[in-house]
Amino acid sequence: MVSGIKLSKRDRIFLICTYTYVTIALLLVAYPILYIISASISDPKMVASGEMWLLPKGITFKGYEIVFQNSKIWTGYGNTILYTLLGTTINLVVTMPAAYALSRKDFVGRGFFMGMFMVTMFIGGGLVPTYMLVKGLGMVNTMWALVLPGAASIWNIIVSRTFFANSIPAELQDAAQIDGATNIRLFLRIVLPLSMPIIAVMALFYGVGHWNSYFGAMIYLNDDAKYPLQLVLRQILVLQEMQSQVGGIIDATAAAAQNNKAEIASLVKYGVIIVSTLPIIAVYPFLQRYFVQGVMIGSVKG
Amino acid sequence: MHETGSVHMRTVNSAPKEKRKGRNETWKKICQNWELYIFIAPAFFYFLIFSYGPMYGIQIAFKNYIPSKGYFGSEWVGFDHFIRFFNSYYFWDLLWNTLSISLYELAIGFPIPIILALAFNEVKDGFFKRLVQTVTYAPHFISVVVMAGMIITFLSPSNGMIIHAIEGLGFSAPQFLTSPGWFKTMYVFSGVWQSAGWGTIIYLAALSGVDPGLHEAAIIDGASRFQRVRHINIPTLIPTMTILLILNMGGLLSVGFEKILLLQNSLNMSSSDVISTFVYRSGLVDAQYSFSTAVGLFNSIVNCILLITVNQIVRRTSENSLW
Repeated sequence: MVSGIKLSKRDRIFLICTYTYVTIALLLVAYPILYIISASISDPKMVASGEMWLLPKGITFKGYEIVFQNSKIWTGYGNTILYTLLGTTINLVVTMPAAYALSRKDFVGRGFFMGMFMVTMFIGGGLVPTYMLVKGLGMVNTMWALVLPGAASIWNIIVSRTFFANSIPAELQDAAQIDGATNIRLFLRIVLPLSMPIIAVMALFYGVGHWNSYFGAMIYLNDDAKYPLQLVLRQILVLQEMQSQVGGIIDATAAAAQNNKAEIASLVKYGVIIVSTLPIIAVYPFLQRYFVQGVMIGSVKG
Repeated sequence: MHETGSVHMRTVNSAPKEKRKGRNETWKKICQNWELYIFIAPAFFYFLIFSYGPMYGIQIAFKNYIPSKGYFGSEWVGFDHFIRFFNSYYFWDLLWNTLSISLYELAIGFPIPIILALAFNEVKDGFFKRLVQTVTYAPHFISVVVMAGMIITFLSPSNGMIIHAIEGLGFSAPQFLTSPGWFKTMYVFSGVWQSAGWGTIIYLAALSGVDPGLHEAAIIDGASRFQRVRHINIPTLIPTMTILLILNMGGLLSVGFEKILLLQNSLNMSSSDVISTFVYRSGLVDAQYSFSTAVGLFNSIVNCILLITVNQIVRRTSENSLW
């Protein structure tokens, strides 16, 4: 901050401790990620024995081959992309206009609407009544059950409203109204083009949410062909593995026969983790700025 | 304009003419901005149907709901379901598991992002800082399913990475996944790994608002870096900390249900079964709709009471309360 002042001894010790602490945190977070990347292209025998601990050993792409041949994963991928695109579009169509209306001081009734929306932050119907509602609307086993019950989040509406209120000058609106522009025109032609940062943030927040969610699909879908990726992953990563561990010890000969299969299975697991998380992790460093912005706008009180 | 209109109304209350004028202006504004009601309509109907709709369904917690009879046809049973829940042998276990996981998570997961943010703030801007932030934020974007998969794979007794590491140090590794004693630790620390980095953002935002003049004055007074962190940065974070703490207390009975559900198995059930997983199991798996709704309602009422109480206590003692 103030440069040119020589560091005193106690400051140097303090800085060394801080940097050590931060470096340890970095390594602790990075190591599992690097391990998974390496394990996904290593010989499964070396992974299982612990020989492979950082850099890939006995490089093989067999895991990925199997992953890409698995039709379930492909359908899951396709479904997830569909649900994410559709869901995010609905989210934006619901969130943006509502947030803009709520940001307008001359909008009669905004207190009422805001209050009505805020209540849902603290009170909800709970799992079973929500499930019965979705069922009653005939949405079970359709993609609507995944995209409509979460069509908007009050938190994101507040964040967007804060953005509109702080970054769209009121004079712009007055000028447009004097020119005879309608509110719809004003919103579509002037406000939205000025609001690309917040639209990006919201699309990312909602999009990541859809991409990563499994619970809605688990309770509402009963048709394998409609499963999103996360539900397929749940079968591969969680259910099978838990079963084998709770199931206990298999006898030795069966175990030997299973061994090869188990090795392949573990290879597939690492591959599948990478393949499913890659789209988000790959775009994330470029969009990090926006995500951080979103959290910061949200943290500004008001 | 609306504001001035209503102030006018209040001061010249007796004059009906003025009143009409205020009302006319409100009407004028409503008519002028009628499109804004179209803007708000999707959100209005969304919350009405998908948030208020289920609230209406809460009534079945006090009824013996039978699907064929519907909401109206089912008979009222008062607090029967609640009483059954409080008297059940698993009530205290569920409550204890839920509370202990929450408090454990709060004790470990709450201070770490704060310390991390204070440390990040001391690191000089540049490549290293960007790298650390990018890497530590990244796990936030990993899905629950993948996270659970990672935990299971790393702790797998035959070939898990963490097991290898523990055995490499010469210890014998416990059965993390299937022993009730390890469940909570596994849950809490994997959560810290995933969200501590992301949790720093909000604190870093608060720290960026510190007046540089304060630091300069402190340097001139001979304050060390540690003293400046202790006496300038930490006090800056207190309002943010308080708000987050209140919100956390309000969610004390809602633990990371989706992750727990994935990591639960028949062997660790005695310490991994929490109220929300029980609601899921009894309601959607065993189809005891009314009973499950009652348990869920109990959960959210306790959360609400906790939130209000904690907020009240904080409001008495400092000015940083939620409302």
